[in-house]
Amino acid sequence: MKLEMRDRPGQLVAALKPISAVGGNIIAVIHQREAATTAEALDVQIVLELPEGRLEKLLELLREQGVNVVRIGEERLLYECTLIVIGHLMHTDLSDTVSRIDTTGSSEVTELSMVMPAIDSPSSARIIIRSTTRTEMKRAIQILRAVAEQKELLIIEPLEDA
Amino acid sequence: MMRIALLGFGSVGRGIARAILAKGLDITVTGIADSRSGIIDAGGVDLAAALARKDQGEPCGDPGISPMDVVERAEYDILVEVTPTDVETAEPALSHIKGALRRRKHVVTSNKGPIALAYPELRALAETNGVFLKYEATVCGAIPLIHAMQEGLAGNAITRICGVFNGTCNYILTRMAAEGLTYEQALAEARDLGYAEADPTYDVEGIDAGIKLVILANTILDMDTTLEDVERTGITLLSPEALQLAEDQDCTIRLIGEIIPRAGVLRVSPRIVSKIHPLVVEGTLNAVTVETDLAGDLTFIGKGAGSTETASAVIGDLLYIQSRHVQGS
Repeated sequence: MKLEMRDRPGQLVAALKPISAVGGNIIAVIHQREAATTAEALDVQIVLELPEGRLEKLLELLREQGVNVVRIGEERLLYECTLIVIGHLMHTDLSDTVSRIDTTGSSEVTELSMVMPAIDSPSSARIIIRSTTRTEMKRAIQILRAVAEQKELLIIEPLEDA
Repeated sequence: MMRIALLGFGSVGRGIARAILAKGLDITVTGIADSRSGIIDAGGVDLAAALARKDQGEPCGDPGISPMDVVERAEYDILVEVTPTDVETAEPALSHIKGALRRRKHVVTSNKGPIALAYPELRALAETNGVFLKYEATVCGAIPLIHAMQEGLAGNAITRICGVFNGTCNYILTRMAAEGLTYEQALAEARDLGYAEADPTYDVEGIDAGIKLVILANTILDMDTTLEDVERTGITLLSPEALQLAEDQDCTIRLIGEIIPRAGVLRVSPRIVSKIHPLVVEGTLNAVTVETDLAGDLTFIGKGAGSTETASAVIGDLLYIQSRHVQGS
C-alpha cells in the first residue's frame, strides 16, 4: 500500500506512529521533490504492509494526528516468486493447478509461460506467483508442492536468502 | 617419521601414494590393501613398485592378506581408509576404522559411509582411545570445508549451509544450459569423460549430495540425521526447456544442497539461481556458502572429486595429526 501526503513539519513523524499502532510494517519512505511544486509542498510517500481490514482504523488515526493523506494506492500482492514446473501440465489439468493457488485469496498466479516440445513429452512452464505476505507466499509454495507430488510434476524453486 | 597403512588402492589410494612420492613426504607406508590383496612391511612398502603392479592390472600384494589383516597386524600410526563408500551398511570400512581406533591408531578417511552412519560412535571410540578421526575428504574433495568450519570458524554459529555438492550433476546442468542438450545427452557426455558412473543413480538422484549434508549436519552442526531425513529431488527430469526458461530471466538451474539447522531443513533439489550468484560454478566444480553470525557469508569454490584433489584433503588431515601427534603413542 502507498500513502501520499504533503510534507509539512511534523507530518512524517505523526504519520509513522499510527502505522505501527495498527500493526503495519513500513517498507519505504520516499521524499520526492517534483519539478512543479515548491519546497513547501514536497511530497512524501510511505510504502507499507498492512494486515487485512486495518486500513480504516489507520486512516482514522492519521486524521486525528492531523496528517493529510493525499492518495492511497493499494497493491495487495507485494511478494513475487518465480518457479519452474516440469511435467505433463496440460494432461494434469493446468487450470486446476493454477486455481489451487488463486483460491487462497492471498496468492495468485500472475504469469505463466509454457513450452511444449512435443506431444506426449513433458512440458516446462515458468510461473510467477504473487502473494500478500511472505507467510502467504510460503503457503502458496507448499500448496504447489503438494499439487506437484499428486500430479507427478517437478517443481523447481528459487534459491533465496535465508 | 609417520607410518601409515593404506586401505583402498584405487583412484584415491594411488593419488595419495603418488603425492607422497612426488613431494618426498616424511611418510612411510607399512601396509596397503586393495579389494583383492594386501602387503604388510614394517620397513616400508615400495610404493613405486606397488603402483607399477597396479598399473599393470595386477593385485598390489599378496592375495592371502586381507584389509582386516593390515588393520590388525601392520605397524602404523594412522590408518588411511579410502575404500569405496557403501551408504547402506558403511562396511567394510566401518569395521576397518573401528579396528584401528581400538588399537589406538588415528584414522583419516575419505569414505562417506562410516562418517554419515556412525559418527557419534566412532568419535566416542576415538576419544576413549585418545586418537584423532579425520574425514575432510568425505565432503567436497579438495575444499577444506570441514577444517574451515571446525577451526577457522570455531567461534561462529552456523545458520545455513548451501551449495553445489556434486560435480557430476553440476557438469550435466552446465552442459544442458550451455548447449541446449537433453539430460540424456549431457549424461552420456559426462560418462564419456569419466565424470559419471555406468550407473549414475548415486549422483543424479542427489544421494551423494544428501550424504554430504548428513555428514555436515551430524559432525559440524550437532544434528542427529540420516539420509532418510534429507528431502531429496534429483535432476533426471530436468528439460532443456526448463533451463531456457530460467535463462530468459538471467538465471540457471543447479542442484543445491541446503541445511538450515534452526528450521531442521535438510534438502537436495534443483533450484533456480541467478547466473551471477557465487554458487553458480561451471563444470565439475563444487561451491559451498556457509552463513555465520560473526563472519557473515563465506563461499568456498574448488574441485570436489578426483584422485589428486581428494589426496590433497587426505594428506592435509595426515599432516594435521602429525603436527599434534605425540611420537610413539
